[in-house]
Amino acid sequence: MQRIGVFVCHCGTNIAATVDVKAVAEALSHEPGVIVSQDYQYMCSESGQNLIKDAIMEHSLTGVVVCSCSPRMHENTFRKAAAAAGLNPYLVEIANIREQCSWIHKDIATATEKAIILGRAAVAKVHLNAPLTAGESPVVKRALVIGGGIAGIQTALDIAEAGFDVDIVEKEPTIGGKMAQIDKTFPTLDCAACILTPKMVECSQNEKIHIHSFSEIADVKGFVGNFTVTIKKKARFVDETKCTGCGLCTEKCPMKKVPNEFNMGLDNRTAIYIPFAQAVPKVATIDPNYCLMLKNGKCGVCSKVCSVGAIDYKQTDKLIEEKYGAIVVATGFNPIKIDKYEEFAYSQSPDVVTSLELERLMNAAGPNGGTLLRPSDKTHPHTIVFVQCVGSRCDDEKGKPYCSKICCMYTAKHAMLIREKYPDTDVYVFYIDVRTPGKNFDEFYRRAVEQYGVHYIKGMVGKVTPRSDGKLEVQASDLLANEQLHIDADMVVLAAAIEPDKSARPLATMLTTQMDTNDFFTEAHPKLRPVESATAGIFLSGACQGPKDIPETVAQASAAAAKAIGLLCKNSITCNPCVAHSDELMCNGCSSCEKVCPYGAITYIDKEFRMPDRTTRIRRVASVNPAVCQGCGACTVACPSGAMDLNGFSNSQIMAEVDAICK
Amino acid sequence: METFTYYPGCTLRTKAKDLDKYARSSAAALGICLEEPDEWQCCGGAYTTAANEPATKLSAVRTLNAAKKLGRPLITVCSACHNVIKQTNYDISRNEAMQTKVKNYLGLEEAYTGETTIYHYLEMLRDVVGFDKLAEKVVNPFNGKKIAAYYGCLLLRPSKAMAMDDPENPTIMEDFIRAVGGTPVIWQQRNECCGGYITMEDKAQAAKRSNIVMKNAEDIGAEMVITACPLCLYNLKKNSDSNLPVHYFTEILAEALGVKEDSGNE
Repeated sequence: MQRIGVFVCHCGTNIAATVDVKAVAEALSHEPGVIVSQDYQYMCSESGQNLIKDAIMEHSLTGVVVCSCSPRMHENTFRKAAAAAGLNPYLVEIANIREQCSWIHKDIATATEKAIILGRAAVAKVHLNAPLTAGESPVVKRALVIGGGIAGIQTALDIAEAGFDVDIVEKEPTIGGKMAQIDKTFPTLDCAACILTPKMVECSQNEKIHIHSFSEIADVKGFVGNFTVTIKKKARFVDETKCTGCGLCTEKCPMKKVPNEFNMGLDNRTAIYIPFAQAVPKVATIDPNYCLMLKNGKCGVCSKVCSVGAIDYKQTDKLIEEKYGAIVVATGFNPIKIDKYEEFAYSQSPDVVTSLELERLMNAAGPNGGTLLRPSDKTHPHTIVFVQCVGSRCDDEKGKPYCSKICCMYTAKHAMLIREKYPDTDVYVFYIDVRTPGKNFDEFYRRAVEQYGVHYIKGMVGKVTPRSDGKLEVQASDLLANEQLHIDADMVVLAAAIEPDKSARPLATMLTTQMDTNDFFTEAHPKLRPVESATAGIFLSGACQGPKDIPETVAQASAAAAKAIGLLCKNSITCNPCVAHSDELMCNGCSSCEKVCPYGAITYIDKEFRMPDRTTRIRRVASVNPAVCQGCGACTVACPSGAMDLNGFSNSQIMAEVDAICK
Repeated sequence: METFTYYPGCTLRTKAKDLDKYARSSAAALGICLEEPDEWQCCGGAYTTAANEPATKLSAVRTLNAAKKLGRPLITVCSACHNVIKQTNYDISRNEAMQTKVKNYLGLEEAYTGETTIYHYLEMLRDVVGFDKLAEKVVNPFNGKKIAAYYGCLLLRPSKAMAMDDPENPTIMEDFIRAVGGTPVIWQQRNECCGGYITMEDKAQAAKRSNIVMKNAEDIGAEMVITACPLCLYNLKKNSDSNLPVHYFTEILAEALGVKEDSGNE
């Protein structure tokens, strides 16, 4: 006979304000097998836990039901308490009467009735609970960092520093990311390249760090401590091990009219290229969309000039498989496409540029060698208008609902740098609000206004009209002065919203991690677990989790590294014992379960069975690898013969719950 | 021959006879039959923005309900009528209480709930005829003449309700210009207001707006401006200082199709 204890939590007023907790405890005390039923203000507190422990020992309980918050919150707390009192932790069941009851209902009578039903279902289930023992699985002492921008670089450096091997997978031919394209960084105005490129070099020189550039993640299998990842090394048609990065091929390549992505298409590169001088690895890559040899089979100049014979036109994409204990996602961001904001005439005038394009126009390594010139006629601009929040803080489907966070600061930086270098240039900044929280940020913005005389105007630009004389007629509103403004500008700069990289969504599916509606990765807890994903062993670094500037990105990158190191330090981790198993006598080897298993935990074995007539027969049956199974239960639903069952969530337990609810 | 219900609107019977006449002759040349419903009234004009006042919807719903009974899509041509009718249809299809009120006012047997499909004549050219098919039927192409499409404010906005084209970067009229052999010029004032009804009260304001629009068209090198709106045509012609010719899009369509015969209409 089971001896079950029921413990109903008030959660302060979170539950008690909507659910009559005393009535719930009283009602559940009459359920079969329940010998003690109590309520308490905070069951998760130490005294609350002691209440449970004492009851277990005093009444020799064989099962515990806690009616409280979501099991995500405190299941572990109560399991530990039970274990401390000598009860197998898997004999504890949680009835969620907070998130699934008190928080969503208003009427006390119906909420109380529902709480009782939820409690009754948990009691019915705990009757059938069996003690489970968690196994252990080893941790592979190697980390994977996906994305080689400043976030990925910092994470990799920190993990390597702790003594673990770490691989960076970067989809572009070089690491460096967006920061490599930036000219100066706020609020100290130090040169981005000067602080980034040493870190890039450190990555390439650190023997613990392995860079897979021009590579993508093709597949992820496994689980925390033991991921198996397939990396697609895209064909770059150059042997990385031979290429010395001398750049002769890029000088001789006859195909010179390829839009240069690194300079935002503002100038051209060759078909064989090294993205920029400080690229890591400094290895050439052939763009098959433009290479004459790869397209028509006629050319081969690069192959002729290469003194080390690194060119390989026959190279193909290669798949390699690696094992990792931890994965850090650092896929970063991109500015949005602004084709939906034609009021700013972006597609009509080359002198309307985005902020990232302006970075390149002002960069010493950019298309103009650092002199700011209008793209249309290469003249010096005398009036520049900045438009903030293009696509940010939008209430319609054209843009993003969120604040992109970095634009106020980089616009202040651009305005200040232009006024500093070209004092004869008038700079206007149109803003909704200027948002400058951050160390030394507001001081920076005020310097732009007070010291550099940048005209900050609260209001939005309604229309930019390119004129035949080359001027851009800017029509805007000054909301503080309540008047319409007409400015004849030479250039207009749009602070485009930022969004997660397009590779993030398919990656999230492979990693079985969550994303929000804007495709930013969701952290396990917005306040208390900001660098972990809800999937164990997957950590988040940088702007893939939300808009961030460089200081914040680096801070989060190191935090993610610390979390990954914490995991890699362990020799083994405790497995979840709630895994599937198959009843071999019922299994007919149909493969239904194998097809639905997202973790590849199911294989088939040929097993000898004794038949009733004393003969033996070999049958193919499913076998679950408990170290790989994550207990999702997909196989138990797919199994047509009912052979698959899940520890802790068996078919009979679930039916008992349903029966209890429907009673 | 495909048949559609056709709503000309009051202005096309008085001041904008050309817009109507060429729409009809061109449709015939394109193998489309336009049939007016037996009874139609003013679209409802400027009152439509009153979201909660059923009286402002009644006129438009009469036409919409007539088209519903005929069971064919409704073709409009005047920008203003199109805007009023399409917005009314959009609003009423989302407002059950209004459907009941309008039903009671009009004494309808069955409430009108937004069943009628509405095409602007340009949408008909794009989605029913197809601009490629239209191009094949052109006999007098414009030989690369630089034509500026003037959308004004009513044709595209509010974009959710009108759902014709991108309100900031539209292409429908430009594609139409290409189909008749012209070269569309892209200009920023093409979707701005001409001044509209303000010309009744404050001619100077209307002149200011119209001049901004026409100056931009001239500046960008246009040889002609086309519009679908009688009021835009009036403002751009009468209230601006520009000599740039302004025509209804149906007129250049008729000319391209070779069905424009001179008449005494303005």
